[in-house]
Amino acid sequence: MQDLLRRYGAGLTWLCIGLTFFWLVMLVLLPNFTMLESSFRPYLAKVDEGGPLDFYSLGNYMKVFGNEVDFSVFGFVFQMPVRVKVFYLTIVYSALVTVITFVMAYPLAYYLAKIASPKSLPTLFLLLFVPLWVSEILRSFAWWIILAFKGPLNVVLMALGLIDTEIRWIAGFSPVVIGLVYTYVLFMVFPLYNSMQSLDSNQIEAAEDLGSSRWRTHWRVILPHAKPGIASGAVMVFMLSAGSLLVPSLLGSTTSGWFTQTIQGIMMDSQDWNTGAAFAFMLLLVCTIFVSLMMRVFGVKLSDIAK
Amino acid sequence: MGAGIELASVCCDFGKFRAVDHVNVNIEPGEFFSFLGPSGCGKTTILRMISGFIEPTEGVVRIGGKDMKGQRPNQRPTALIFQNLALFPLMPVWENIAFGLEVRGVDKAKRRARAEELLALVDLHGAADKMVSQLSGGQKQRVAIARALAVEPSVMLLDEPLSALDLKLRQHMRAELRAIQKRTGVTFIYITHDQGEALAMSDRVGVMSQGKLQQVATPREIYNRPANGFVASFVGENNILPGKVQNVSAGNAGFATPVGVFEARLVGEKSDPGLKLYVRPEHTILSPKAKAKNSVPVTIGDVSFEGSFIVVSAISENGTQLTAELRNDGSATVPAAGTKMHVSFDAANAAILPDTSAAGA
Repeated sequence: MQDLLRRYGAGLTWLCIGLTFFWLVMLVLLPNFTMLESSFRPYLAKVDEGGPLDFYSLGNYMKVFGNEVDFSVFGFVFQMPVRVKVFYLTIVYSALVTVITFVMAYPLAYYLAKIASPKSLPTLFLLLFVPLWVSEILRSFAWWIILAFKGPLNVVLMALGLIDTEIRWIAGFSPVVIGLVYTYVLFMVFPLYNSMQSLDSNQIEAAEDLGSSRWRTHWRVILPHAKPGIASGAVMVFMLSAGSLLVPSLLGSTTSGWFTQTIQGIMMDSQDWNTGAAFAFMLLLVCTIFVSLMMRVFGVKLSDIAK
Repeated sequence: MGAGIELASVCCDFGKFRAVDHVNVNIEPGEFFSFLGPSGCGKTTILRMISGFIEPTEGVVRIGGKDMKGQRPNQRPTALIFQNLALFPLMPVWENIAFGLEVRGVDKAKRRARAEELLALVDLHGAADKMVSQLSGGQKQRVAIARALAVEPSVMLLDEPLSALDLKLRQHMRAELRAIQKRTGVTFIYITHDQGEALAMSDRVGVMSQGKLQQVATPREIYNRPANGFVASFVGENNILPGKVQNVSAGNAGFATPVGVFEARLVGEKSDPGLKLYVRPEHTILSPKAKAKNSVPVTIGDVSFEGSFIVVSAISENGTQLTAELRNDGSATVPAAGTKMHVSFDAANAAILPDTSAAGA
């Protein structure tokens, strides 16, 4: 603080602090607290607000239960509330998206960090970034076109003789997963690239010199070193996927409900912001718990991710 | 046991740059061999060709008589100790040491036992469960040696492993490395730019410059009988005088320099390029009176005290600076600056050497 004052003078220092304060309080804390507060109150007509019906309860949160539907896991069929089912599938498919992005990003990040010549790196990064210049909506639409029943993907596959009849890609969760993987894969590539780049190449050579196969070198030397990067990439991809509304809305089929769509329905269609807020906080809470659990399982500390 | 290594006319190009140029050398099994040279002379490239990280552009690398062409580093009987050691920071010390055994499928109890044995060998008892970051520089060094020894290599390759240590520890580790080499009988190939290390530890030294091997010989021979000007000036100090050969007789020659005509050993031919006279400062004698041969009148300039020896710089009448070294054992009186004296040397201790780099060959 003293340092800042001395270096930049009172005016600039207070301006910086003021703007940060404004951003934090007005744009982050206040809206979230308003939502949190309203999530505990019932959705009432204007006249009833502040009246005897307006009291705090967990009622909005309990609305996630009820309306039981069939749910089958590995052939076992049991009853589950429809919103819990959607919630559950959102988490499962977000985790799947995370795993797929990791499998795709690991070789790419390794190539960029350790194999590609430094001279070609700017070009390679540019190629990776170019798709980001196009808006997410357009990119999702592009996938919608690619995956269409009479779309380019089926045409190409049939022309190559790989399939005999068109595949209905836009069915179930696959288009959502494809879209999310495409949208968020770079959020996995860059943390992985950063963590791998900091690995001393001599360690890879030392492992090989000691007789290690390529696979074991990855398993014992490179992967452990990259763990913080994997963790931060995985947290980002998972949270963004679970919270994504655009991709599931555009690429979803009739059978792929995403929990964000449920929230949107309640907030926008039913105009019930209280329940919507409750569901949104529930999603945030469960995702946070899930991520913390996974970090515990893989032995990653929060401080590792911050690096 | 150690294996012999043969480099037959080995070359290595990086693009248009020839890093290693037709190197021929036979390293005996169980030998402690050093490649000595300034940075960028190609010595590390040679090491990487032996370990298999680089394939030679031309020539053959044989280990234990077998051509190593196409063999990956994990298939060669070599173990490399990196300049920065490259220990695995996320594994405890014992797993570091046992890594080579782990990849060979040795079970955990045996690996642990072997790691403890090797820790005892390198004098690091009780460090098995420490993390690498908890060790000091010298201890890390020992772990790196133990890790390399664990795979029972026939050849150990060391890439300036002592350069990061402080002076005292470096001297201690020199003796230690030498002792480990004698105990295990493994062939050691040591890369260094530090002449002291190379001379003190090695059975033989190969001096390199600009990708070429200049001389391969025992440390004594390298120092006392350098093959050319580069070797003489890279290993140890010299008074160097340019000049011309006048008359040659029985290995000695008269050599006319700006300071005077001197008699010295002629190495090579009269017609060799870049001939110069090289005299070591410790062979340069200061005396109050002129000697019969190889004597120059001088004025004493700087006198600098270096501890075990004293460096005296003497300036001849035409301004050429000559350096003499006196032992700090009380046998010689240290002259005061400005004193008129005579510098002389024995013809046997002076050499007329060609400088190949001067001819650009």
